[in-house]
Amino acid sequence: MRVINRHPGPALRLALALAPFALVLLAYAVASDLRLAVNPADKLLPAPSTILDTAAGLFTEGDRRTGRILLWHDTWSSLLRLISGVGIATAIGLATGLCIGLVPHLRAGLAGFVGVASMVPPLALLPILFIVFGLGELSKIMLIVIGITPVLIRDLSQRVLDIPREQIVKAQTLGASSMVIALRVALPQILPRVIGAVRLGLGPAWLFLIAAEAIAADQGLGYRIFLVRRYLAMDVILTYVAWITLLAFVMDWGLRALSRRAFPWMEAGL
Amino acid sequence: MSFVTAHDIFHAYGHRPILERVNLSVAEGEFISIVGASGCGKSTFLRLLLAEERPDRGVISIDGAPPAREPDRARGVVFQRYSVFPHLTLEGNLVAAEGLGTRWGRLHGAARRAARERARATLERIGLAHAAAAYPSTLSGGMQQRLAIAQALTARPRILLLDEPFGALDPGTRVAMHDFLQEMRAETGMTVFMVTHDIQEGFKLGDRVVVFDKPRWDPQFPDAYGATITYDFDARHGGIPFQTLKEDTRVLQSA
Repeated sequence: MRVINRHPGPALRLALALAPFALVLLAYAVASDLRLAVNPADKLLPAPSTILDTAAGLFTEGDRRTGRILLWHDTWSSLLRLISGVGIATAIGLATGLCIGLVPHLRAGLAGFVGVASMVPPLALLPILFIVFGLGELSKIMLIVIGITPVLIRDLSQRVLDIPREQIVKAQTLGASSMVIALRVALPQILPRVIGAVRLGLGPAWLFLIAAEAIAADQGLGYRIFLVRRYLAMDVILTYVAWITLLAFVMDWGLRALSRRAFPWMEAGL
Repeated sequence: MSFVTAHDIFHAYGHRPILERVNLSVAEGEFISIVGASGCGKSTFLRLLLAEERPDRGVISIDGAPPAREPDRARGVVFQRYSVFPHLTLEGNLVAAEGLGTRWGRLHGAARRAARERARATLERIGLAHAAAAYPSTLSGGMQQRLAIAQALTARPRILLLDEPFGALDPGTRVAMHDFLQEMRAETGMTVFMVTHDIQEGFKLGDRVVVFDKPRWDPQFPDAYGATITYDFDARHGGIPFQTLKEDTRVLQSA
């Protein structure tokens, strides 16, 4: 029987899904053990138990100077930046995407510009953003916006163009104006695509967020990671990385669940 | 007497003529079937009637009105696919047929309730009342086309344009749809243009069958000339004009 035709049963499927995680953890544990056996003071690969202890402390114990639990404050300020940036980018992307997809004059004027703008490496603009918007929240949010908006516009305008011509014509024969077609025909049909595009955009958004925080911030998940790097505090870094991964995964999962619930008319394919 | 007129239509895509010297005059309430080989401009002619495109030369007018520049409420249309809105329920699709023409594309209050009432009645009428709250993707192809025709008629167009509406249906469903279309037409007295590949279907449903073909043909350069109307059959009484078929005797008698 060909391998492409062999399917795992439910139990095996679960085991196979968990196997890579288990393997990575195992490999880390073994490597850490080997290094610690040679040098008990090794900081590079702290023992899993050390990481867990550190993690428990990070989530529950306040800072010695201020008494604030830094991890929650970092999470809060990072999420605020991330969500503002992604939210603004989505609003701009949706509006511009609808315009480009529906109005030929705007398409002629904007499509080429957006195509070129999306090729500008956003991180290369970061110094400019720091100079123009200062080192506060605005420059970080702007980096996320500048980083993911062009991609969102390109994706969403293409989605609008993908709406069958028949439906646009049908709406016209029912008397719909351009604005009504945009709001009642095109917008509802690309909303599920917006969620898909945001899910894809969250990856780069985290990247830009952490890069901006690493360079200039006084709070935030990326700031903390790059701060404790100086003390080779691998246990803290690994805890933060795992926490960021969990946050990103929960967001992605939440968006997928939302699109399933909110758009029952979409056939499978999200 | 003539309700829809097409006068000396010429239409080309780039340097490729599609239609040339097309003249057609249609009385109100007539059912015109448009047949012809693939690539002979049937669908192009329908797009011109729909005003989705404007002819390079010539004029199409409905009831003496100036030629339309874009699709409007005078023209109802049903395509082979994608004719209903997938994001609206069946009832929503019929309400949208009344609501999309308003300023914000939405009816409110009493007008909305009345439209929903009418939508319910229409769904009852077309046998889809049980699925009023369902989305079109859950329906079969025949049901979707029935909804599409009802939706187009809800907007009360002057002419109804059908672009191979039953092309994607299986033969049994197709016959049922023929009955449905004939009933709807008997009720509304609508002027209908239907493009079809199926000549039998054209003669069964149409009052006239119009054939598009290329009268001139250059074997070295098939794209050199466009198509025009080469035949215009009277399709009443099964394509046997001036005589009626008596079911009981099966003898032809003069009408």
